[in-house]
Amino acid sequence: MKRILISLLACSTLFLYGCSHVADEEQEAIEEQTFTVADKAYYEQLKGQNVSINVYNWGDYIPDGSDERTLDLNKEFTSLTGIKVNYSTYATNEELYAKLKGGGSTYDIIIPSDYMISRMIKENMLEPIDMEMIPNFKYIMESFRDPEYDPGSKFTVPYTWGTVVLIYDNTALDENEVSWETLWDPKLAGNILMFDNPRDAFAVAEELLGYDLNTEDPEELRKAAELLKEQKKYVQAYVMDEIFDKMGAGEAIIAPYYAGDALILKNEYDHISYVMPDTGTNRFVDAVCIPKGSKNKTAAEIYINFLCEPDVALAISEYIGYSTPNIEAYDMLDDEIKENDILYPDEDYLEKKTVIYRNLSDDANLLMQTLWTDMKSSEEQTPNRFIVPAFMALCVIASLTILIRRYIKKKKDIF
Amino acid sequence: MKKLISAPYLLWMAVFIIVPLLMVAYFAFTGSEGGFTLDNLAAVSQYTNVFIRSIWLAAIATVICLIISYPLALILARMDKSYQSTVLMIVMLPMWMNFLLGTYAWMTILGNNGLINMFLGQLHIEPFKMLNTPGAVVLGMVYNYLPYMILPLYTVIAKIDTSIVEAAQDLGCNGSKVLWRVIVPLSVPGIMSGITMVFVPAISTFIISRMLGGGSNLLIGDLIEMQFLGNSYNPNLGAAISLVLMVIILLIMTILNQFDNDEGRVLI
Repeated sequence: MKRILISLLACSTLFLYGCSHVADEEQEAIEEQTFTVADKAYYEQLKGQNVSINVYNWGDYIPDGSDERTLDLNKEFTSLTGIKVNYSTYATNEELYAKLKGGGSTYDIIIPSDYMISRMIKENMLEPIDMEMIPNFKYIMESFRDPEYDPGSKFTVPYTWGTVVLIYDNTALDENEVSWETLWDPKLAGNILMFDNPRDAFAVAEELLGYDLNTEDPEELRKAAELLKEQKKYVQAYVMDEIFDKMGAGEAIIAPYYAGDALILKNEYDHISYVMPDTGTNRFVDAVCIPKGSKNKTAAEIYINFLCEPDVALAISEYIGYSTPNIEAYDMLDDEIKENDILYPDEDYLEKKTVIYRNLSDDANLLMQTLWTDMKSSEEQTPNRFIVPAFMALCVIASLTILIRRYIKKKKDIF
Repeated sequence: MKKLISAPYLLWMAVFIIVPLLMVAYFAFTGSEGGFTLDNLAAVSQYTNVFIRSIWLAAIATVICLIISYPLALILARMDKSYQSTVLMIVMLPMWMNFLLGTYAWMTILGNNGLINMFLGQLHIEPFKMLNTPGAVVLGMVYNYLPYMILPLYTVIAKIDTSIVEAAQDLGCNGSKVLWRVIVPLSVPGIMSGITMVFVPAISTFIISRMLGGGSNLLIGDLIEMQFLGNSYNPNLGAAISLVLMVIILLIMTILNQFDNDEGRVLI
């Protein structure tokens, strides 16, 4: 009874806490978003034909009009073009991949990250985009054209980008003592959070070892895994979006995470700061693609072009906090954001210190996955390897006793 | 006529139970390029410690559930009828609430700055680590699956004829003897159903261990999930792990069934 009351209490506090947060966000009034498009006729080419497209995007990765000043982009798109948008979301690149591989559903628009894009291109899962249909591609910054994951920009149009940064509690750590090594600091044992996906976690270890983040060398991967294993005893938890709650509530002191999310956290809590490691980091790009099997390629291309409209790109960047590859949208940003050297680090740093993931070979992926599972399932003190055999033996003995007892009882009953 | 009535269920079973099971078996025994192989099953053996941990934690959770539920079920069954339904409703209440939310609430209760440690802090007791431990995972399991233990126990105990208990008392049994020689043996079918219904979901859970175990107390469920949504998409190994898990559960269940007497089991 008490247990239930406590959990109810916890839930209601949780609920109130959630509400107060929403309220906070609304108070930080930014001016209302609006947009205009240059070429209206282009957008009206499919009007009245009752076309619809299926968009599959990351969760919470497009302005949805959830608070009053932001646009509901999908709704705006429908009213502009007459194309209906069926919108659904996924949580990880791997989930998207598994869904597409599993078949059974068709999508017209997906927004995977760099390394997943190159894997999909390699496995012939993407439809080339007709760039004639995307006049707004001209707004994409030069450095985001012809990326390594999609040579010649045949399949993708960049949506957002960012880097991996270190988020830390500024009441416990000073900015100058924060680096990748801090994630291995025994003094912080139990206060370190770590990525709960192998690719990002390995990248941190590789960064520390000075390896290429796209290394496929089994020896180097093993060394990185060793390092992660060593880190395990200091790590409080392996998490992804739980970082928001845990860092926000002061449960942990340091965590690596994506820059856009770090900014959101910092704006919400005074005790949170973040830093970009001088030694270098991973840069990620999420880009819009059309998967094979799309039923409405033209409509999909119109949607992609719409996402590249400067006003729209600005609305997206403002809403999700990630950096935009759209030059016009960037120019319209507040100076404060433009000069933020973590959201928009200088060209030199980007060029020299950041690495974009490439897809690894199947062998390297498999090895990484195996090493990761191995690291996660290992424990320092394997308490009893004999638990299962002992447990089984106990069961067998108990069942035998019962059988024997029953047998004796039966014999007794006969007499 | 009988056949006709069961037709919808038979169809359901064929399409959504038998076929998927066959598919799991098929994937478990084929390589990524097709063709028969035993490699997947052989690869499962490297995760023995994960299996051990899962069985161990699920077993502890089941025992704790049993210890908590039995007295409660006893009291509940002997309670005034007018209160029974209210108390039963309270027992079921956590089941109505989304279990993710409940588990999430435990995160805020157990955390280093959580409710319990905050309270201890008021009493000047050093906070201690509760979240991200195997204990927290067991707690999550007990919290989520407790009603599944109470309900079958309650149904069985409530059905025990009070005249049997009175007869035992007439023949000179004292309280504890009535409990151990009469009520407990008669409630074995309920105990078995309860154990099955707690142990099986507990051993294959994955989100509880991730939320309360901090991702470093990996369970079989997590392992399977990682094969499908992890870095490398490997449905064959995932299927093989699931198959081994099914066999283990089957084995444990057959052994447990030996405890059951011939009076049949409660269907719940």
